[in-house]
Amino acid sequence: MAAALELDARGKSVAIVEREASLGGILEQCVHAGFGLIHFKEELTGPEFAERFEGRVASSRIEVFCGCTVLGLEPDGEGHALTSASSSLGVLGFKARAVVLAMGCRERNRGNVRIPGSRPAGVYTAGLAQRLVNIDGYVPGKEVVVVGSGDIGLIMARRMSWIGCKVRAVVEILPYPSGLARNIVQCLEDFSIPLYLSHLTTRIYGDRRVEGIEVAPIENGALMAHKSFAIPCDTVLLSVGLVPENELSRGAGVELNPMTNGPWTDSYLMTGVPGVFACGNVLHVHDLVDYAVEEATRAGRFAARWLDGSRPERELRVKAGANVRYIAPAKVEPGRDNKLYLRSMIVKNDAALELRLDGEPLKSYKKAHVQPSEMLTATLGPEDLSGAKPGSVLEIGIA
Amino acid sequence: MGVRGTGTGDAYDVAIIGAGVCGANIARRLSAYELDVVLLDKELDVSFGVSKANSGIVHGGFHHSRNCLKTVLEIRGAAMFDRLKAELGFPFERCGIVVVALHEDEMRVIEQLYLQGVGNGAIGLEMCSRERMLELEPKLSPEALGGLYAPCGGIVEPYRFVFSLVESAQKNGVRLCTGWKVSSAKREGDLWRLGSEDGRILSARYAVNCAGLYADEVSKIFGAEDFEVRGRKGEYYLLDRLARAVPSRVVFPVPSELSKGMLVVPTVEGTALIGPTASAVEDKEDASTTMSALESILMSARSMIPSVSEADVITSFAGIRPTVGDDFYIDLSSKAPALVQVAGIQSPGLTASPAIGEYVKDLLKKAGLRLVERPDWDPYIEDVPRARSLDPFGLDEAVGKDPRYGDIVCRCEGVSEAEIVAAIRRGHTTLDGIKYFTRAQMGRCQGGFCTYRIIKILMRETGMSYGEITKRGAGSEALRGEL
Repeated sequence: MAAALELDARGKSVAIVEREASLGGILEQCVHAGFGLIHFKEELTGPEFAERFEGRVASSRIEVFCGCTVLGLEPDGEGHALTSASSSLGVLGFKARAVVLAMGCRERNRGNVRIPGSRPAGVYTAGLAQRLVNIDGYVPGKEVVVVGSGDIGLIMARRMSWIGCKVRAVVEILPYPSGLARNIVQCLEDFSIPLYLSHLTTRIYGDRRVEGIEVAPIENGALMAHKSFAIPCDTVLLSVGLVPENELSRGAGVELNPMTNGPWTDSYLMTGVPGVFACGNVLHVHDLVDYAVEEATRAGRFAARWLDGSRPERELRVKAGANVRYIAPAKVEPGRDNKLYLRSMIVKNDAALELRLDGEPLKSYKKAHVQPSEMLTATLGPEDLSGAKPGSVLEIGIA
Repeated sequence: MGVRGTGTGDAYDVAIIGAGVCGANIARRLSAYELDVVLLDKELDVSFGVSKANSGIVHGGFHHSRNCLKTVLEIRGAAMFDRLKAELGFPFERCGIVVVALHEDEMRVIEQLYLQGVGNGAIGLEMCSRERMLELEPKLSPEALGGLYAPCGGIVEPYRFVFSLVESAQKNGVRLCTGWKVSSAKREGDLWRLGSEDGRILSARYAVNCAGLYADEVSKIFGAEDFEVRGRKGEYYLLDRLARAVPSRVVFPVPSELSKGMLVVPTVEGTALIGPTASAVEDKEDASTTMSALESILMSARSMIPSVSEADVITSFAGIRPTVGDDFYIDLSSKAPALVQVAGIQSPGLTASPAIGEYVKDLLKKAGLRLVERPDWDPYIEDVPRARSLDPFGLDEAVGKDPRYGDIVCRCEGVSEAEIVAAIRRGHTTLDGIKYFTRAQMGRCQGGFCTYRIIKILMRETGMSYGEITKRGAGSEALRGEL
């Protein structure tokens, strides 16, 4: 919606094609507060945050097609052709000069993290449980263990406690939580839910319904199988990471960055397929919707400029340096302000973000604390990049 | 002889115990005759036992010696799939099988397999050079030295195969009773009087024991032969359809004494399976996966197809194969009258199953069952169009007839609401049953996005309450409360 609104504001004709029955995506089931602190400077719930955008879309010229699943995207002359299906309109084709991908991400599941054991009922991703509880009004189980400490898992640990379920533990394989610090405090500590860091889930057991899980500590990188113990429960909620959902993009020939599972883009957030842009969680997984909106607004702005014939001049490649997992986008344009999102590979206090141009130190920002679950941002303007030559490489590392 | 369609109460000509791939084939074969047949299964749906979790392969007829019953039935059964597919429309494809030799001494085994297969009467077998192998399957490891090619080998979706056989049998008058666990069998005159665990009763002149892992227990209930069915567990990984490693043919390693080894199998529906392991298990219900087995599967698969990556794993599962000695045990009981034993149907049971249907029909005839062909027997069943396999024009037409074809419930496998409803109307009322019929929940998100929608459709179509929604029958309830 944010990208569409920006394109609309710049005088382009826009359609939103959405597979769900209503706009808003996953925000609709995120009934907790904490959204919009950056974008709206106030704390909103997910549906409230979405509603503000829906209101703006409704009063714009944007055409909305809900309940309409895009089945394919392919080049069509100078532009792109989308094929979609819906129960009301049948198979519907769209022709567009530019396409903005904003399909979001999906949760990694049990198979992706290869948790052995039996295959009983009661193993759900945290997001599915959130949907069942918050929208459909069903309780997936009474005694819960959350595997993985991603934000949705932490939020669901609190949610399940609120509806009268017992959350026995949150089990995390890494030595630090995968979710935001504020969620550790508000969702676990406030409810006295134990968090087992550096623990691997070695088995799910139970014949027809989950009866429990076995976990074992990891010490100095080695699994301590002899110290394994069981946690009885009837439900396992998985919060083991998110993956950008790029099957449509891959089908359209968009090349992906293996570090993010999102498309490679230039400084215009344009993928390798000319005229196809990407933003939000389909590009890389964000922690906050506020950042996704910010990025989407920029994608809309760049797509509008691109439609007007503007192209990035003289881009610099951006390289992930020491302790940085990825940087998005992977290119910057020296002549303007560029906003970059990056993710740390390490947990560190009193860290510094170090920028180098062709190996020469350029700039350094102090960061009181960095950790993988908290996305970092950096803005680079023309004054920072004035020394760039053709073929220059910008490297950002954490020290 | 019972009278068809007039509700002769609970007296049947034949009772088949176990609705797996054998029971389903036997039931469908018998449905072509003027007989009253009942098909019983302890689970809530058919194909929920051994038949749901296996490699889904129509074998090439070269793995076992011709002296085994299983080889005879394998060769015969394999030849019957084309016609069955034409009649029943289940997913089946003769993609061919390659057996890869990675060492010089393995080439000697390849030669033995070739000679054995030719002796068995397998059609089209070919000994292959390295170049020929890489041409047949370009994803093979460059370290392949050569191998065997069986062009008639194929792949099948095992549960869909069973579903369509049972649907066809039912269409021709066979009665299916699910949730019917046989707990007693008494001979009264020339009838078997069967009792179920929950107190239901029926009688039949003949009985067929194809109870898979529990054929030994059923045999005891009938006072028949005393044998033991031993479980052998096979663990598998399922790979995403977009994985680079999805081959175009079934890739076997050179077999060992114990098993056919761990394979890389392209499924008919476009994903890939790697596995299975083979380990003896005490507990026949223990279909759990283990970390060590899964590691060895990855290693073995990579030795043949190096692009196999754990990043492409969607899920893992295990199946238990029933073994009674080394061969199939299919015979008239010599202890209990009018009982056919169909036990120890391990690999290549799926391949052999259509021939097992024929074979058991002949055994029943030998035991005195009169077989009169039904003039109105209809071998065909109605095809359920799948949104994912329709072109845009075909899909548009389908939506015109039934708007629910436009509602894509499962995004990963492209399954529409119309297909979910078709599954439910055919009696698949568990989440797993719907999964096997439609593929919804079987893709890369493993139901993360569609399970709640399927639950709602199931409640709407059947009138079930939330508490009655199960993964695979009683005890596996999906939800535990309402807000």
